[in-house]
Amino acid sequence: MRKKVIFPQVGLPYLLLLPQLAITFVFFFLPAGQAIWFSFLRQDAFGIRTEFVGLENFVELFQDPLYLDSVWITLVFSFWVTALAMSVALGLAVLADRHIRGATAYKTLLIWPYAIAPAVAAVLWIFIFHPQIGLLGKFLNGIGVRWDYKLNGTQALITVIVASAWKQVSYNFLFFLAGLQSIPRSVLEAAAIDGASPARRFWTVVFPLLSPTTFFLLVINLTYAFFDTFGVIDALTKGGPAKATSTLIYRAYIDGRVNLDLGSSSAQSVVLMLAVIALTAVQFRFIERKVHY
Amino acid sequence: MHRRSLLAGAAFALAIGAAPASAQQRTEVTFWYGLGGALGERVQEQVERFNRSQDRYRVNATFRGSYVEVMTGAIAAWRAGNPPHIAQVFEVGTATMMAAGPAIKPVHELFREAGVEIDPKRDLAGVRGYYSDTQGRLVSMPHNSSSALMWVNLDAFEKAGITDIPRTWREVRAAAEKLKAANATPCVMTTTWPTWVLFEQQSAIHDVGLATRANGFEGLDTELQLTHPFFQKHIQFIADLHRDGLFRYGGRDNAAGNLFPSGECAIGFGSSAARAQIQRDAKFRWASVPLPYHDDVIQSPRNGVIGGASLWVLTARNRTPAEYAAVAAFFEFISRPEEDAWWHQVTGYVPLTKAAYEKSKAEGFYERNPGADAAIIQLSRAEPTPNSQGFRLGGMVEIRNIIQEELEKVFQGQQTVAQALEAANRRGNQVLRNFERANRS
Repeated sequence: MRKKVIFPQVGLPYLLLLPQLAITFVFFFLPAGQAIWFSFLRQDAFGIRTEFVGLENFVELFQDPLYLDSVWITLVFSFWVTALAMSVALGLAVLADRHIRGATAYKTLLIWPYAIAPAVAAVLWIFIFHPQIGLLGKFLNGIGVRWDYKLNGTQALITVIVASAWKQVSYNFLFFLAGLQSIPRSVLEAAAIDGASPARRFWTVVFPLLSPTTFFLLVINLTYAFFDTFGVIDALTKGGPAKATSTLIYRAYIDGRVNLDLGSSSAQSVVLMLAVIALTAVQFRFIERKVHY
Repeated sequence: MHRRSLLAGAAFALAIGAAPASAQQRTEVTFWYGLGGALGERVQEQVERFNRSQDRYRVNATFRGSYVEVMTGAIAAWRAGNPPHIAQVFEVGTATMMAAGPAIKPVHELFREAGVEIDPKRDLAGVRGYYSDTQGRLVSMPHNSSSALMWVNLDAFEKAGITDIPRTWREVRAAAEKLKAANATPCVMTTTWPTWVLFEQQSAIHDVGLATRANGFEGLDTELQLTHPFFQKHIQFIADLHRDGLFRYGGRDNAAGNLFPSGECAIGFGSSAARAQIQRDAKFRWASVPLPYHDDVIQSPRNGVIGGASLWVLTARNRTPAEYAAVAAFFEFISRPEEDAWWHQVTGYVPLTKAAYEKSKAEGFYERNPGADAAIIQLSRAEPTPNSQGFRLGGMVEIRNIIQEELEKVFQGQQTVAQALEAANRRGNQVLRNFERANRS
């Protein structure tokens, strides 16, 4: 029989939980609740005239072809950011996991981008992609490719995907490296003795053993692409040209903070909230089954 | 003796105690502004001078980020019941602020209650009109007003053999072709603030309303008129320049701000307040002149409109008359001719009062700085008409962005000018209707 740890008083455990619960309530449930409430209202910027409109904000949203475009852009954007950030990080982690001279220095350098603020990262990428002053942008225009992410939607999307993915590579790299280092050497050696090639060893032994890390990172990266890429987009393209890089989170920001339409912005936040809840549920329900712990 | 020194000491202590006490009785008011860098330092200097000039009031000015951040911050603070006394709001936020009813105190009311008498005729009409209600009463305090100008690189013009600075769009096109043929600069021409320059300014200069109901001055039921033949003609003209490699789209808002000063583009359209930056960065001879016009549409162009920001007085439940008096005193101070002229000369913004303009003239400022009065001339060369007094459109930030988005699609070759104007008109009107609905009392 398992022995339970039991507190003598009833109140104490709740008291110990209270600070965390209070923080969660004030900073998570309260704003989320307010967003849900606001999504049913239509009000002026100052909140002087408020009208309850039911689901009208949502109906308008889904009738707006530009919003549906935003959904599609977000899907494309998130897919590529996640794929790029994770595959590059895995590659780098595998390389850094070998016994090479100065491995610590490489590892440290690879972690640096994570410490860079999104706006600064965007400025760095401007110096690469800008058609007139950027290294790559200038080069491309020099060899006759018409590169101008301020006017070409596809190029703008590529720019923000690369910049956003780059920022996340470090984080993924750290986790992949830790994952790789926790794989028992004996397993790899046994496979090597059985005559498995390095590539085969990677795909049949290392990759499956890394799957908990990969799964965890998949969730984190998708959430990142959905919610935390705002800074990069704002500094690089401001959602343009036209609406080519206007993702759902960016649009919610613009409508709420710049256009001062709190009703629509709240409705968009609620949609995003539901999307992420659904996404996470699906991931844990279906993908987790196939993960080896 | 002992007792006497004690007494003296006590009196002395009282005296020192009393001195700061009287200073503490100054009425304090807060002022949020959104001008960074050198311009922000000028704001602080002026506030400092006001605080030193009298001992009853103290203004505490704080930089609160971009214009958007100041405005949303002030609105959020008002909702929370603790707004700043004065908030600097950019010109496109005017309609939103004006519709805010109980949240703001109109400047004419503020002055009346504080007993400050100011003659409305002392102000430059183009500046005052933008921030006045339909009865001509000032609602917010004009602060930093600019107008759009054409900046030209005289070295590049010389290289292309152009002797006269173009005055009409036809002449601009001819000059652009010469500049391109002579390969004078990598880029011929660009603009900052595309909506402000290509739509708002041009509509005012050509006396064509951007929207009905006197550009929204007369009511919330205003509708955009972007499909008007004038915009059709003008935007087609710009799109043709772009197609022929004579115009470069440098991005939204101020994204193209460096293309002219860096010498990349020979002609740049932009704010008169860019003067300080151009003076500092340009390594070539340059000139600033009023915006060109289509001489087949209008022979004597009307006045241009202003951009920039004004100061709004926000209300709160616990505001005292003394606090409003402090705000009124500060507004009166910054509009004194010597202060106004100083602000105009050190920042490149246009003055609020005619007196400050005359004073700058008398001091020989425009002889030392040719072209520094181009914006004032453009603003005051004609009496404002309902189409050129300014814009009072709800959600104007959004409308500006919509126009920029549709314009981008034209430059990308995704749609024709007619399609772009039709789409911008439809989307913009939707914004106006939403605003009307949210603000109808």
